[in-house]
Amino acid sequence: MTADRPPPGTNEITYREAVKQAIRDAMIRDPRVFLMGEDVGRYGGCYAVSKGLLEEFGPERIRDTPLSESTFTGAGIGAALGGMRPIVEIMTVNFSLLALDQIVNNAATLLHMSGGLFNVPLVIRMATGAGRQLAAQHSHSLEGWYAHVPGLKVLAPATIEDARGMLWPALEDPDPVLIFEHVMLYNDTGPLPDRRPVDITKAAVRRPGKDVTIITYGGMLPKTLAAADMLAADGIAAEVIDLRVLRPLDEETVIASVRRTRRAVIVDEGWRSGSLSAEISARIMEQAFWDLDAPVGRVCSAEVPMPYPRHLEQAALPQPDGIVAAARATLGPR
Amino acid sequence: MTENEIRNVVIDEMRNLTPEIDPAEISGDADIREALDFDSMDILNLVTALHKRLGVDIPEADYPKITTVDGAVAYLRERSRAA
Amino acid sequence: MPSLGADMAAGKLVEWLKKPGDAVRRGDIVAVVETQKGAIEVEIFETGVLSETLVPPGATVPVGTPLALIVGEGEPARARPTPPPERPIAPAPPTAPPPVAPPPAAAGARPLASPAARRLAAARGVDLAALTGSGPGGAVVSADVERAAERAPAAARGRIDLAAMRQAIAAAMARSKREIPHYYLSTSIDMTTALAWLEARNADRPPAERLLPAVLLVKAVALALRRFPELNGFHSADGFRPAEDVHVGVAIALRGGGLVAPAIRDTAARPLDDLMAAFRDLVARVRAGTLRSSELSDPTITVSSLGERGVEGMLAVIYPPQVAIVGFGSVTRRPWATDDRVEVRPAVTASLAGDHRVSDGHRAALFLREVDDLLQSPERL
Repeated sequence: MTADRPPPGTNEITYREAVKQAIRDAMIRDPRVFLMGEDVGRYGGCYAVSKGLLEEFGPERIRDTPLSESTFTGAGIGAALGGMRPIVEIMTVNFSLLALDQIVNNAATLLHMSGGLFNVPLVIRMATGAGRQLAAQHSHSLEGWYAHVPGLKVLAPATIEDARGMLWPALEDPDPVLIFEHVMLYNDTGPLPDRRPVDITKAAVRRPGKDVTIITYGGMLPKTLAAADMLAADGIAAEVIDLRVLRPLDEETVIASVRRTRRAVIVDEGWRSGSLSAEISARIMEQAFWDLDAPVGRVCSAEVPMPYPRHLEQAALPQPDGIVAAARATLGPR
Repeated sequence: MTENEIRNVVIDEMRNLTPEIDPAEISGDADIREALDFDSMDILNLVTALHKRLGVDIPEADYPKITTVDGAVAYLRERSRAA
Repeated sequence: MPSLGADMAAGKLVEWLKKPGDAVRRGDIVAVVETQKGAIEVEIFETGVLSETLVPPGATVPVGTPLALIVGEGEPARARPTPPPERPIAPAPPTAPPPVAPPPAAAGARPLASPAARRLAAARGVDLAALTGSGPGGAVVSADVERAAERAPAAARGRIDLAAMRQAIAAAMARSKREIPHYYLSTSIDMTTALAWLEARNADRPPAERLLPAVLLVKAVALALRRFPELNGFHSADGFRPAEDVHVGVAIALRGGGLVAPAIRDTAARPLDDLMAAFRDLVARVRAGTLRSSELSDPTITVSSLGERGVEGMLAVIYPPQVAIVGFGSVTRRPWATDDRVEVRPAVTASLAGDHRVSDGHRAALFLREVDDLLQSPERL
């Protein structure tokens, strides 16, 4: 029993606990699974996700690594090639850039470059996003970069159910899967999900609506749902789509929704230029242009390195007010 | 029905078919296929309209007789008198 | 005063290095000019004699101001060019920030309407220009079109714009001749039986129920097409896509010029009376300018008939993205060889222009023969 499991008598659980339970469950189910990363053992993980796991599974399977992302990500690739099912935790997506060569040039390419001989069944978890005043070296949302790379699968669990359910199918996937956990989601609480793994191919309609489709993922989902509540108060029914899978994109769900509502707004914590939001907008243009009643709208972070002071950090991030304004702009005066 | 009344009906119905050119202004002996740019559909529509308006059935064989305003008036006068 | 940098608006002439009467050659340095970036030598690109300096040392003049007059060798001295009008040297106005959403269309331009509204308007025959938009920036959106279509399902679209039609025909025909490798076939069809059948049929019917020969021709083409799908459909960048049904477009000339070819839908499946009614309705609406745009985009093939006053035959141009067009000349009485005798018979010359990317002459010939066969037994039409 670990400290932050739900208190007895309640069935609420945190996102953090959901991730931990998913890791624990995988370790129990499959002896090939192990976790490694910076401070995941004795310290319990930078975001306390792995707290208690070292005691439960021992240092062989919960491995603290040196501060060298390239090294331990490379080791994870080697272990995966050797038949293990490693979970590599990278403290934050900013630091993953030190392992970019291993991820993009090795993990993503080996299957293709070996003529289909070598799979890399590696899972890399990392924290992403801003909001905790961790400044520009720890707060960016670079998952869109990884979503650019063929050979990778990129997941963004935005709910407790997905935090709990995505890890196992990711481990079962024969190819590298990256899981992005937004730092602002760790303390979210919600009903305890069952152990069933979830689908990792489809986007989800988190809130149905007929007037405008708002497409988002990860840490922006709660803000988008808040914006949808505000819109509903004004009689505007927003449909909220949680992408869940950033690569390969579930175009079908997005396009079907946009065809219904004829309007789309994309909320992406990444920077606008060359972003995942740009890609989604382009696909809507390619596939649903003739169904649109308004230009596609986007709400992204300000194009600055993420500021440290709280007021500036908040000002740089997409907020519900901005999402509401963008959705309204697609609807015209009412 | 006087000849003048018949002429008015004929010109009226032609006008309905061709708002571009006023049939009252073309010569009475001008071929409407040339002067009004009437095609076979226009002729058939004219025949249909005259049938409805005057009760005179113009068989296909007689279409050549109504291809001028004067000809149409004379023909219709003849036929309505016979009827 | 040359422009010695993209941001230079004016320069100060510091010194002349040549004086009037000096010979100058291309490449010589003739003056020194001071700019914000420092003193810069002015090179000359003509050969001749510097006849006159127009700007004294110390003067600041805008870029583009003539500094001196050069006379080519053997050329008489030219009149002094009039100096450009004085213009104030003002900083460039600040550039407007890029708009977040497209600006509303300027007055007189095409109406601001969303893609969905445009598609719906085309399908429902609604004139976008007549609508008031409720969307972003006042754009017409699909809901506006839906409301308008419900309000006036049979609203007239107004007179056809002949100039625009001419342009559209020009564009379509130019594209056709540029892109479609046409081949042409023609054959003479004996119309004795068909016309006799038609005459007998029309004889005991009131004018409103009579058929025109054109309807027989259209129906014969439509029926024959059922066995020749390669002539009925659309060619696009993805190749040929045969149409499931036959919607024959009938070319209808407008008085005063212009031509449209709206579709009679499901041509092959409809009885002659029905086709005649549809044909009549189309002609009336073409002339009244109340066609629906879907009728113009529907045709899977076009039939052009010159009627009784035309000439004997025509070689038509395919209307893209269709892949064939059938042309009928006038029905004329002409000598007809039969059983070693020559008789005078009414006949029509049927021609076919086909898209050689999609079909070939052999099959097209069989198609024309089938049209002929059908016209020999009009009761089958």
